[in-house]
Amino acid sequence: MRDNALLVAGLCVLSAGTFACRLSGRLLRQRITFPPRAEQLLAGGAVVMLAALVATTALTKGHGFAGYARPAGVLAGGLLAWRKAPFLVIVLAAAAVTAVLRLLGVS
Amino acid sequence: MSSIYRTLTGGLRRDITLTCLAVWFIGLSYGAIAVASGLPLWFPAAQSVLVLAGASEILFIGIVATGGNPIAAALAGLLVNARHVPYSLALPDLTGPGWRRLLGTHVMNDESVVFALAQEDPATQRAAYWTCGLGVLICWPSGAILGALAGSFIHDTSAFGLDAMFPAVILALIFPALRDRVTLRAALAGAAIALAAAPFLPAGLPVLLALAAVLSTLRPRTGQERNEQEGNDEG
Repeated sequence: MRDNALLVAGLCVLSAGTFACRLSGRLLRQRITFPPRAEQLLAGGAVVMLAALVATTALTKGHGFAGYARPAGVLAGGLLAWRKAPFLVIVLAAAAVTAVLRLLGVS
Repeated sequence: MSSIYRTLTGGLRRDITLTCLAVWFIGLSYGAIAVASGLPLWFPAAQSVLVLAGASEILFIGIVATGGNPIAAALAGLLVNARHVPYSLALPDLTGPGWRRLLGTHVMNDESVVFALAQEDPATQRAAYWTCGLGVLICWPSGAILGALAGSFIHDTSAFGLDAMFPAVILALIFPALRDRVTLRAALAGAAIALAAAPFLPAGLPVLLALAAVLSTLRPRTGQERNEQEGNDEG
């Protein structure tokens, strides 16, 4: 029972804190008007973070290397995106390449 | 909401649907992992609705399953979710007032943010944000609950390459922005920073550190911008 109470407490901290993160930027924007250069930096920051997210989720698992199959799939998706392939093709090809490599025994 | 959905072109609707389907599949494995880790069935169900941020939820369960304290697990999850602060700073107001703001704030996640950023005009941005956000709000918990119920029947979904889908989705959507050389340079630098930090720092921190790379996009200010800046400071 004590375990469940702690679990619920953890759940409350994580969900309330996450909502606060999502809200904070909005509240700040209501109080401050950012100059155009800052707006540009903020939008660039989101793209840079998303690129970093792609790199870490493609290449790492915990603190280590994710293995070759996953980054190979993401790389295939990236090449297709570069050739302006449709979104559906990019995403399905990424999964397919990874799955086939694993089927062949490449982790 | 139906008018928002009509604003989207067929292609964008299909892309968002596929993304939500991928989220649903990852939800399946998340629910299965949670139950296999010894957590009660209600837990992934409640967490998927209330937190609605996959990576932090999986990390939470991983820490608790290995005997970690749930409060410590929540703090680790919060570190992962800290990227929502710069997200919410980067996005214009897409939600409107009242209950829409509450719900619209809650459905902010990697997918809805990246779909919004990839659109040109505000109406399509808003439509893409809401459709993807609500789609994830439906798919993530329903996948998690079904996965938890199916439990041990679902083996590792990585056999289907599903773990490659999330980075591929994000990459496909930021690709047009990366065709700008300055943005591309900053993105590559940010990715390098995150990868260099990943072996040493707790999850979430590497991606935040990558933000430093955005400073490389700074260009010398033009006279006009300087005047505008000064005008703002006076006002």
